[in-house]
Amino acid sequence: MTNPSGGPASAAPLPRAIVAGHGDFAAGLISAVQQITGRGEQLVGVAVQKLSVTDIEALLREKMMSAGVNVIFTDLQAGSCTMASRRILRGMDDAVLVAGANLPTLLDFVFAEGKSAPDAARHAAERGRAAISVHGAGA
Amino acid sequence: MTLLLYRIDDRLIHGQVVVGWGQPLDLKFIVLVDDTVASSDWEQELYRMGVPPEMEVFFHGTADAIKELPKYQTDKRPGLLLTGDIPTMRQLVDGASIPTVNVGGIHSKPGRSQKMRYVFLTPEEEQQLRELATKGPVVTAQDVPSARAVPLSDLLEGDES
Repeated sequence: MTNPSGGPASAAPLPRAIVAGHGDFAAGLISAVQQITGRGEQLVGVAVQKLSVTDIEALLREKMMSAGVNVIFTDLQAGSCTMASRRILRGMDDAVLVAGANLPTLLDFVFAEGKSAPDAARHAAERGRAAISVHGAGA
Repeated sequence: MTLLLYRIDDRLIHGQVVVGWGQPLDLKFIVLVDDTVASSDWEQELYRMGVPPEMEVFFHGTADAIKELPKYQTDKRPGLLLTGDIPTMRQLVDGASIPTVNVGGIHSKPGRSQKMRYVFLTPEEEQQLRELATKGPVVTAQDVPSARAVPLSDLLEGDES
C-alpha cells in the first residue's frame, strides 16, 4: 500500500503519541522523524516554555484528550513535562510515559503499527536505550 | 560548603535545577520547601525520582523549614533550597538568615505580566519582591548559571540584557 507520495502508508490511527520537552525538543525530534520516515504525523509536539507546572499539566492533558492518545514521550527524567505527565498518568492503567526519549525511540515507535500504542512505546523505549553507542579511541 | 542557592521556582525540581545548576555546583542535596509537597508522600516520590541517586532531597513545610535551616546551612556539602512562590521565600527570610534570593522561574498565568523570558509577575508579586529585598537578601533573577544575574531593579523594569 502506498500513499500519494509513493511511500508506505501508515495503517495506524493518527496521531498516536505526544512528544514534550525543553525548548524545541519536540519540534526537532518530530521534524527528524518526518524527514527520515515520513511518519511524523503520528506524533503531536508540545512546547511548554513560559508555562507553570500547573499549566503544563493542563496543556498536556488537553493535548492527550484532543488527540485521543495515551502515550507521552518526554526528554528528561527530572523535566517539568515528565513531572506533569506522571501526575496525568496517575490512575490511568492504559497509559505509558517514556522519559528520556531519543530519536531511535521515536523511529521505532512510528514503525510499530502492529502494536497498540502503549506496547509500541514500551518496545521503543528499549530500542532507544540500546541505540546509544560510544566510538573512538579509549571507548 | 552550605546552601549555595536560595531559589524561587514554580516548577520546583526540574531540568534547570537538577542539571543546569546541579552539575556545575556539584549539588549533593536539595531542600524543597512547599507545604503541599511536604504533606504528600506521592508528590515527594515524584520529585525524588527526578534527581540522580547521589543527590538527596529533603522536604519541609514552611514552618518546619525555618527550624531546620541552620542544619542545612552548616552542612559540609553543596546544597540548594527551593520554594515554589514568593510568599514562602518571604516567610523563610523573616524566620532565618538568608543572604541571597534567586528568582529562577515564575511562569505565565492570568494576571501576570512578562518581565523576563522566565519571570511573569502580578503587581502584588512585584511588591512582594520589593519588600523581600528590604529584609536583607540580595535578590536577582537568573535561570541558569551561564546567564547574567539580573538585579531586582532591572527585573522589575523588564530589562533582561
